[in-house]
Amino acid sequence: MLASLLLSVGIITLISVVLSLMMVVADATIGNYGIVNVTVNKETQFEVEGGQSLLKTLMSEGIFIPSACGGRGSCGLCKVTVLEGAGAYLPTELPWIDKEEQKQNIRLSCQVKVKNDIEIEIPEELFLVKEFSTTVESIKDLTYDIKEVRLKLHDPPEIEMKAGQFVQFEVPEYELTDEPVYRAYSMASVPSDTQHVELMIRLVPNGICTTYVHEHLKEGEQVTINGPYGDFFLRDTDRPIICIAGGSGMAPIKSILLDMAEKGSKRKARYFFGARTRKDLFYVEEMGALEERLHDYKFIPALSEPQEEDNWEGEVGLITDVVHRLTEDASGSEAYLCGSPGMIDACIAVLKDLGMPEEHIYFDKFS
Amino acid sequence: MSELLFPLAVFFASIFTSNILLTNYLGMCSFLAVSKELETSAGLGIAVTFVMAATTSLNWLVYEFVLVPFQLEYLRFIVFIIVIAAFVQLIEMVIERYSENLYFALGIFLPLITVNCAILGASLFMVIREYTFMTSFFFGLGSGLGWLLAIMAMAGIRQRLRTAKIPYGLEGAGIALIIAGFMAMAFMGFNGMISIQ
Repeated sequence: MLASLLLSVGIITLISVVLSLMMVVADATIGNYGIVNVTVNKETQFEVEGGQSLLKTLMSEGIFIPSACGGRGSCGLCKVTVLEGAGAYLPTELPWIDKEEQKQNIRLSCQVKVKNDIEIEIPEELFLVKEFSTTVESIKDLTYDIKEVRLKLHDPPEIEMKAGQFVQFEVPEYELTDEPVYRAYSMASVPSDTQHVELMIRLVPNGICTTYVHEHLKEGEQVTINGPYGDFFLRDTDRPIICIAGGSGMAPIKSILLDMAEKGSKRKARYFFGARTRKDLFYVEEMGALEERLHDYKFIPALSEPQEEDNWEGEVGLITDVVHRLTEDASGSEAYLCGSPGMIDACIAVLKDLGMPEEHIYFDKFS
Repeated sequence: MSELLFPLAVFFASIFTSNILLTNYLGMCSFLAVSKELETSAGLGIAVTFVMAATTSLNWLVYEFVLVPFQLEYLRFIVFIIVIAAFVQLIEMVIERYSENLYFALGIFLPLITVNCAILGASLFMVIREYTFMTSFFFGLGSGLGWLLAIMAMAGIRQRLRTAKIPYGLEGAGIALIIAGFMAMAFMGFNGMISIQ
C-alpha cells in the first residue's frame, strides 16, 4: 500500500520534473531574446533583456505607464505609441484600440512583447512618474472619518509635481486583500515642499485602502506610492477661479491655493467648502487665513444641515445653492471641482447656468 | 477490419459519426465562445487539431511506457493534464519565437486550448478504447478535424444569424445551443457509415 503510494507520487514527480526541465531549457533557448534596445522619444535609449511585456520592461527601467489591471489587458489604460518593432496588432489589443488610434500606432503596452529593438513615444510627463518609498511622518484626524497622512519621501527623495495632481498609494497584502492594490489620492501638499506628500483619506466602509489607512497604518511605517499623475491642475490664465470641494476633496484645492499664495498670484479666487454639519468641517481657520496671503480670495464654508449645538453663523444650504446665491456671473471664470460624481455633476449644471462655458470647468471625480 | 485499415476507419469515424463535439459534447465552452467569426474559429479549430493529434500520441507513449509498466493507470487524468499543459506551453513559445504569422493565426489560441476538455477527452477515449499508437494518432487528428468542422459550420451559421430575427431571450448562447443540437442530429445521419467503439 505504502509502496504503491510512494511509487505513484514518485512517478508524478518524475514526469513533472522532466517536463519542467524541458520548460527551463526552452525558456533559456527559445524564450531567450537576448539584449534588445528600447528607444524612448527618440532620445533616451536603454538596453534590456527581451521577452517581457513592454509595460513591465518600461517599469523595470523606472518608467511607469498608468495601468489599473496590472497587465492583464482588461483595463485598456496602458496605451503607448510604438513607432517600430511591435509587429501586428494582437486580438487582445483590438477591443481597446479604435481605427483612429491604429493609424497613430497606439498599442496596449501590457500586450506588446519586447522581442527585438523597439522605438516608442510616451508623453514627457510620464518621465516624472516614479515609484517612491516613503515613511509615514504623521497621521492626523481631520474629522471623525477623514485622516491626513503625511509621508516623507526617501527614495527618490524628491517629487516634482503640479498642484492638484494625484499619486497612487500601494496597499500591501493584509486581511482585506491577498495581493497589493493601488488607489489614487490627490496630494494636498504644496509642490515646493518636494520632500513630503500629504493625502486626505476618508474612511469608506470596507474600502480596501481606506480601512488599511484608518485601522492598520501607523506612524513610522513604510509606504510605497507612485506618481504624479493627472491633468487636474491650475490652468495658466488670468481668469478668476471658483473652487468647489467638500470633505477629502479639499486635498487638491488646498494644494492649488497654497501654491498660488506662494507664487504671489493676483487671480481672484473663491473656495466653496460644503459639509453637512460642523463635525464634517476641518481646516476652516487655515483656509480662511489664506485670505491674508492671497490678493482677492474668499473661503466660504457652508453647512447643509447645521445642528442646533453647532451655533453656525455662516452660509447654510446645499453647496450648489450657495454657489448659485453668491455668484453673479461666472462666464469669465474657470472652475475647479473635486468630489463625488453626483456632487460634480450638480455643480457643473449650476456653473453652466451661471454662464460658465463647459470647457473652463475642470474636475477630479472620486469614484 | 484489417490492421491497416482500422486507423483510417477511426480517422473518418471521429470526424463524422463520432464527432467529439457533437456526439460527446466535449469542448463546448470554446465552441460557443469563439464561434462568432469564421476566421477566428478556423484558427482555433486548426490549433485544436494540431494539439489533439500531438497530445494523443504523446499521452499514448507516456501511458504505455510509464503508467502501464508501473500499474499506475489510475493516474492518467492528472498525468495527461500535465503533459497537455506543458506541451501547449512549449509549442506556444516555439511559435512565438519562430513564426509571427503562425503566432497570430494559432498562437494566441493556445492558452485557451489547455483547458479545452475535448483535448483531455480524446486522450481518455484512446485509453478506454485500447487504441494502438497509430490509431491514437489518427483518432486525435480526426477528432480535431471533426471539432474544426463543427465550429466552422457553427461560425458560418452564426454569421448569418446576425441579420436574422431571433426571439427575445434566445439571443446569444440560447440560439447557439439550439443550433448545436440540430447540428448534432444532422451528424447522426452519418451514423450508419462507419462505427467505432
